[in-house]
Amino acid sequence: MSAVDAPVGLAGRLGQSAVRPDGVAKTQGTFEFSGDLSADGFLWGATLRSPHPHARIVRIDLSGAWKIDGVQAVITAEDVPGRLTYGLISHDQPVFAHEVVRFVGEPVAAVAADHPDTCRRALEAIVVEYEVLTSLTDPEQAVDGSFPPIHPDGNVIRHQRIVRGDQTIEGPVVVEGTYELGMQDQAFLGLEAALAVPDPGGAGVELHIATQWLHEDRKQLAACLDLPEEQVRLVLGGVGGAFGAREDISLQVHSCLLALRTGRPVRMAYSRHESFLGHVHRHPCRVWMRHHADESGRLLRVEARFVFDGGAYASTSSAVLINGITHAQGPYHCDNATVDGWAVRTNNLPCGAMRGFGVVQACFAHEGQMDKLAAAIGVDPVEIRLRNAMRTGDHLITGQVVESVAPVERLIRELAELPLPTEPVGGHDHDPMRLPGGAGLTADPATIRRGIGWAISIKNLMYSEAFDDYSTARVRLADGVATVKFATAEVGQGFVTLAGQIARSVLGVGDVVLDRIDTHIGSAGSTSASRQTWMSGGAVDGACRLVRERLFEHLAAVHDLEPFQLAIDGSDVIDTVGTLRVSVAEATAGLEFDETFEHHHRPTEDLDEFGQGNCHTAFAFAAHRAVVDVDPELGLVKVVQVATVQDVGRALNPLSVTGQIEGGIAQGVGLAVMEEIILVDGHVRNASFTDYLLPTFLDMPDVVIGLVEEPEPQAPLGAKGVGEPPTVSSTPAVVAAIRDAIGKDLHRVPVRPTDIVFG
Amino acid sequence: MSVVVPTSLADALRAVADDPDAIVLAGGTDLMVEFNEGRRRPSSIVAVHRVPELSTWHHDPVAGTLRIGAGVTYDEIERDPIARWVPALSQAARTVGSPQIRHAATIGGNVGTASPAGDGLPVLAALDAVVELTHERGVRLVPFGDFMVGPKRTVRQPGELITAVTVPVLSGYQGYTKVGVRNAMVIATASVALVVRPGAVAIALGSVGPTIIRCHDAEALVSAHADFEACRVSDDVVHEAAELVRAAARPIDDHRSTAAYRRHAVGVLAARLLRRAFQ
Ligand SMILES: Cc1cc2nc3c(=O)[nH]c(=O)nc-3n(C[C@H](O)[C@H](O)[C@H](O)COP(=O)(O)OP(=O)(O)OC[C@H]3O[C@@H](n4cnc5c(N)ncnc54)[C@H](O)[C@@H]3O)c2cc1C
Repeated sequence: MSAVDAPVGLAGRLGQSAVRPDGVAKTQGTFEFSGDLSADGFLWGATLRSPHPHARIVRIDLSGAWKIDGVQAVITAEDVPGRLTYGLISHDQPVFAHEVVRFVGEPVAAVAADHPDTCRRALEAIVVEYEVLTSLTDPEQAVDGSFPPIHPDGNVIRHQRIVRGDQTIEGPVVVEGTYELGMQDQAFLGLEAALAVPDPGGAGVELHIATQWLHEDRKQLAACLDLPEEQVRLVLGGVGGAFGAREDISLQVHSCLLALRTGRPVRMAYSRHESFLGHVHRHPCRVWMRHHADESGRLLRVEARFVFDGGAYASTSSAVLINGITHAQGPYHCDNATVDGWAVRTNNLPCGAMRGFGVVQACFAHEGQMDKLAAAIGVDPVEIRLRNAMRTGDHLITGQVVESVAPVERLIRELAELPLPTEPVGGHDHDPMRLPGGAGLTADPATIRRGIGWAISIKNLMYSEAFDDYSTARVRLADGVATVKFATAEVGQGFVTLAGQIARSVLGVGDVVLDRIDTHIGSAGSTSASRQTWMSGGAVDGACRLVRERLFEHLAAVHDLEPFQLAIDGSDVIDTVGTLRVSVAEATAGLEFDETFEHHHRPTEDLDEFGQGNCHTAFAFAAHRAVVDVDPELGLVKVVQVATVQDVGRALNPLSVTGQIEGGIAQGVGLAVMEEIILVDGHVRNASFTDYLLPTFLDMPDVVIGLVEEPEPQAPLGAKGVGEPPTVSSTPAVVAAIRDAIGKDLHRVPVRPTDIVFG
Repeated sequence: MSVVVPTSLADALRAVADDPDAIVLAGGTDLMVEFNEGRRRPSSIVAVHRVPELSTWHHDPVAGTLRIGAGVTYDEIERDPIARWVPALSQAARTVGSPQIRHAATIGGNVGTASPAGDGLPVLAALDAVVELTHERGVRLVPFGDFMVGPKRTVRQPGELITAVTVPVLSGYQGYTKVGVRNAMVIATASVALVVRPGAVAIALGSVGPTIIRCHDAEALVSAHADFEACRVSDDVVHEAAELVRAAARPIDDHRSTAAYRRHAVGVLAARLLRRAFQ
């Protein structure tokens, strides 16, 4: 039964594939994305960016821009009234470059004008004289200290070791490898866009913005604008995807400054090219690992060294680093570890959050190692993983006990049961689109080799390292209608669907109204870290339960009953030991119950100098098996199938879960075989979708999905976050399958045709 | 900016003759990218998509030729009957962009852009196609090999319209094959077209030089040693031809691939096409 056909009042509860409230508008093209926003008399804003990866600003001459008709504001670092810098963890990134530029694309100035073309001409008329400096583009030079600091905070953003157990263990079986990952882009389709509307007299500003975290934006914005936080109001504009790239400030401060300066609404919107320069990316990373195991392949000790290239500014690099190194052991039991991790500054594009957040890098390395270990002792990839599978109660290399449900063995066994593709290479219908090379008709089926690869992952959920992470929700129940308010950024993941499902399930209502998503309520935290179902789901659930308590108390008083006797049954309130049955609508006629709830997850700790401490909240696991067809002579790959079993706790909306898994696999396949921002000496070579290739429909494999639903006791709704795990282990599974097909040791993603042919 | 939208060939020719600097806009799938990225700022445009004479084709069974109007889209070229008459051109058409792009993209635009990666071009080169350039004052017929003189450079003169390309309708094997990093909707990193005529083959390469490259040495070798009656060619000849193809390529390193890979790939593709042709 689909949610649409369900009896009125029962449709769209938890566990059902409720339809998205914004689904029809999005498919029909009427949904208002933040790029569609407009206001009477608005101006356009645009940004002047550095053409150099590293240069001293000798002189900026704005006079040419001011002379152009229609130009209303031209601003630089001089015009920032408050703090000159921002950042999620440390504020080291200038609103506008001051004295020095540190990456290609760094904002230097901004203009507001009556037309985008006027803006363009104004930017061209600004003269910036640069003295080009040598750039730091090799992260190892930041690690070894051989390059002078490119920022007052130094070139090392963070260094952290993990030292656990017996450091002397060697072998008997030893496998070693170095793994590299290129820079991946989040490539959301809805480009950065905002509309800033100033209050009369410049006392404040309202910003409509596609973002992942309204309150964090507000905090950073208010500091830069030198306004009290209450005077800076944020409203979520329609978001067309995020994947981490909207966690940092991009055009927020610029658009508000221009609006306050001109006293008029200002609209800014990036082009695709500008978007590549204007947001953070997935960290390129080099990981060295050496695994020590006994003759049966059981892990004895893992050694690792990580170097994350953070680019010019810190963003979330220090947290990405911790995620990477603390997941070095993978979803396996291992008592001893020696890990060294660096996140460093270079003159490359800044890197920060992207789906998987450091764990993608760790998983690509540890899964490559597990396959090497399997080969070394002569067992298959499934057996080696079963022998080492982590269980609930095991220790991580940080000393933290994994209290989460950890069904690793079950994931592997159930994945092995999922069907492999039955069709031969190229399919029964000889459709060239099923072969490597596709429409290019390059493949001769006889030369194609098929391979199968496995990868398993562990991913932390929510924020780590003593961050007090919480989310707020307010629920009002009146006349049978529930109104839910939260600041949770809906970026496409479907929280707007889930919030309604929770309210219907807890309160027995049919109609749920979602209030505007803005800062007129407490923070919801970021839509990231696979956390909103757990955190904001917990907040909405908590607020609904409080409202339900008030309702039961009220009814109990009226009918002379005890509140605990009452329960919701369908769309009615019933007395579980008596005869009362009254519809929620009737019971709340003319009444109003209004409650606000904050959900906090349990506290976490910082790591000590040996990398020990309970730094993470909870974990989710996933297993992937990829089948690929490879043309070894041309180095072309067709990913035929990705099968997965994922530990989801509880599938609150099975269709949403499927969407997250399929989308996550698309992103994982992209990193495996095509997605990379190519930088040469700090300059981007492919800042467009012509050359930054994303998988299309024709590159997507068939996806076969199994879910393990063992409710997570810690989670308010029993559900784990499902967004990141599909991206984490799908990449190494695809690469393992390519290795299996061609018998070569591939250690870098994306795997390029040249790696397969000449590697 | 002025935009003229002629609805007859005569009007179109007059418009470009009157304003030789005007940019001719057909499907716009190349031009709009250039405009949007600010690489070109047109002052005047002649949009030819409403010119009916440009979007027709004519098959002459007696002459054994097909004249394809410049405004014919790749969507139409991909399908029958054109696919039956010039299979390699249809295969090339199938690799152009996505269905949406192919509905707008014209062969005249592909020829007009003259990118070494233009997918129709190696096929036109291997077929010895003739490009028809028309001015108000008259028509010039230019063999494709003389038409394209460099990357995005042609002999088209201001005031001229590309009105058609004419290709032979042949009975022998012909094929087009292209390498890109994605299964579809991707710019060629290397491509090869092969056309077999009685007693002779033609091999043309895309994306491995400033223009489309004809491989005369490889063509001569295969033409001399293949058994056209029995449709056979020895492995040795295939290998040697592939080497000659590699030698003819003049590829570069860029962000899309390396010169070494491109050179390697055209050899592999040529060998595969020869095996498909002579088996
Ligand atoms: C997403 C995307 C994917 C693409 N993929 C491919 C691909 O895989 N392979 C490929 O080869 N190309 C590809 N292209 C490029 C483009 O689609 C083709 O080159 C197409 O054939 C251009 O035709 P058009 O009608 O759109 O040309 P337009 O953009 O209208 O014009 C292109 C050029 O030709 C000139 N011109 C057009 N018609 C005439 C005429 N009658 N007389 C004189 N000059 C003329 C124009 O002045 C201009 O210089 C792609 C483009 C996009 C946007």
